[in-house]
Amino acid sequence: MSNHAGAAPVRVRFFTTGTKVLFCLAMAGLAAYAYRLIAGIGAATNLDNQYPWGIWIAVDVASGVALAAGGFTTAALADVFHKEKYHVIVRPALLTAMLGYTFVVIGLLADLGRYYNVWHPILPSMWQGNSVLFEVGLCVMIYLTVLYIEFLPIVAERFKGRVRLPGPLSMFNRLIESWLDVCERYLGRFISLFIIAGVVLSCLHQSSLGTLMLIAPSKMHPLWYTPISPLLFLMSAIAVGFPMVIFESILASRSFRLKPELPILSAIARYTPVLLAAYLAVKIADLTLRDAWPYVFEGSYRSFMFIVEMILGVVLPLVLLSVTRVRQSVNGLFLSACLVIFGVALNRINVFLVAYEPLYPGKPYFPSVFEILVTAGLISALVLVYRWIVMNFPVITMLNHQEPRVTMTAISSPNSFPRSK
Amino acid sequence: MSMKRRDFFKLTALASTSLVAGAVRAESETEPIDCDKVLAVLVDTVICIGCRKCEWACNNANSLATEDLKAFEDKSVFAKRRRPTDKALTVVNAFADGADPEKKYTVKIQCMHCNDPACASACLVGAMKKNSRGPVAYDAWKCIGCRYCMIACPFQVPAYEYQNAVDPQVRKCTFCATRVLEQSGRPACVEICPCEALVFGSRADLIDLAQSRIKAHNGRYVDHIYGEKEVGGTSWMYLAGVDFAATGLPKLSEEPPSHQTEPIQHGIFKSFVPPLALYGLLGLVMSSLRQRNDREAKDE
Repeated sequence: MSNHAGAAPVRVRFFTTGTKVLFCLAMAGLAAYAYRLIAGIGAATNLDNQYPWGIWIAVDVASGVALAAGGFTTAALADVFHKEKYHVIVRPALLTAMLGYTFVVIGLLADLGRYYNVWHPILPSMWQGNSVLFEVGLCVMIYLTVLYIEFLPIVAERFKGRVRLPGPLSMFNRLIESWLDVCERYLGRFISLFIIAGVVLSCLHQSSLGTLMLIAPSKMHPLWYTPISPLLFLMSAIAVGFPMVIFESILASRSFRLKPELPILSAIARYTPVLLAAYLAVKIADLTLRDAWPYVFEGSYRSFMFIVEMILGVVLPLVLLSVTRVRQSVNGLFLSACLVIFGVALNRINVFLVAYEPLYPGKPYFPSVFEILVTAGLISALVLVYRWIVMNFPVITMLNHQEPRVTMTAISSPNSFPRSK
Repeated sequence: MSMKRRDFFKLTALASTSLVAGAVRAESETEPIDCDKVLAVLVDTVICIGCRKCEWACNNANSLATEDLKAFEDKSVFAKRRRPTDKALTVVNAFADGADPEKKYTVKIQCMHCNDPACASACLVGAMKKNSRGPVAYDAWKCIGCRYCMIACPFQVPAYEYQNAVDPQVRKCTFCATRVLEQSGRPACVEICPCEALVFGSRADLIDLAQSRIKAHNGRYVDHIYGEKEVGGTSWMYLAGVDFAATGLPKLSEEPPSHQTEPIQHGIFKSFVPPLALYGLLGLVMSSLRQRNDREAKDE
């Protein structure tokens, strides 16, 4: 039933002006990353004993995980709730999630003082069931594995019957072929198990990211310190899922000179105002029940950040996307999606950095050049890898009603994997 | 319809059994700690003369680079409020008496060795662990260096070896665990204290001692033992002659921080029922909607 028949590698030039800029940024990020590994966290970052977490946690990890939520929301919509017409966005969203989480881990490794111990939470002797971070860590590890498994059929579809390794490596051809055959034949049958697992794992760790800072009640500003923080994190992650798909789809279509799949994007955009309204309602109820409204108007830097987060990131896109005309224009969709993404990213930054008030007031934290370079480099590298994968694997579907302005590669397989026929 | 529904449920059942088994194992780990009997230290800031010998003794006991004992007589460091670092696990700060600005009090700070430590609740690999006899110990071998313990600590005590690129550690007062637990000695700072501003003993005894000091010297102490109730009680407790707000010790609620997160975590993972219920529900939705779609396809 999976209508991936149309997905095919996109044939474009890899290097354009834009990708050259991204490539330079990625290289600068790589250099900064190397500097962090050689010189240490103290030399590369502005972190100190008061501010142990900076943008590598707030942006690379917390925002990264939230913005990769498109993978599970799309899978839930298309595969669990069987809205078949959305199948064309499942693969791009899956790829975003897979790469998003991969780069979350790469970013996290930069921040870990003993990155080589990152696997420790797997060891049952070190399990610590009281720790929120333990759950987040384990869920992310398992979910990343699930995402790779979900991507395997796409790899199988691309290479099955075409494995031709050069020279001495050709001895592995048969072995790899048989593996791909297994993937295609059996994985398709059990893929539903992984898809549901992906949704459950996402709900678990998306919400638990919101529990993380609750361990520091005396150090958090009351605007963001609420026992329902995990619910707010889950709701905002779900709300940002489709805007992220819209954002990428429009960017990709610009870059690949394809026509944006407006009908589908407009259709998923209908869910966003509903999800944002629910989020806003819970947020308002929370502020009211906790008597936290005075903090909104206290006129501090933190209250300003809160107002920006709520007005630009929630209320404005909620209003915009409620208008049919906005939802049916590429520019309207793009702007609204950008606002939602901005709002959720700012929320994560606010919770992890802005709301956090350490005990010994020293100089406030601001990221160092190296921290910014690593973060910018990781985002750039993600975009480049995404581009390379959609150019080499059947991820993006061009609908029949479109005028394909590029020639599709001839090697794409016409049949989808037998997921549920 | 390639996946047989029976297979689906079989696999789900298998997965749930193994998960529940794991959960039961994880939940049965905690041992109750008798917080009356744990080892503790009472810091009497009224008696403390601010000689900073404890800082020197601490550096020596923890093999940290240190200056001569003589150098610690320098009182100019009191001009700035200091905090424990990776190079000095305890520091003495001075604070003024609100009523009499001439009069200075000094207060030694270090890890408080909480009864219910937020760092231990936060640590994802159990590198921070409360010993049943009091000390909160750090195990560098387990540590992954995420620094969540530093976020969690309500006293902002754990410090990080930021300059170490290879195997940085979280550094904090160890309560001289080896001396105290294995050699039945006293912590190095208590040992060197020339005026017995630091008293080492069982927590219940020290609370009694503190109360008797408050009663015996009318007006000399404020009627508050800092650390008796704060964040669920700490092994290091303080007496002061002025309101604790002036001492630099944070005003904290009596509830341990872990009470904010652990109920949520254990609620979500109650024997793995909620995640499995969600899994089952989604599975049900998926297969029933698929059947409906199949039927519709057949009808067409």
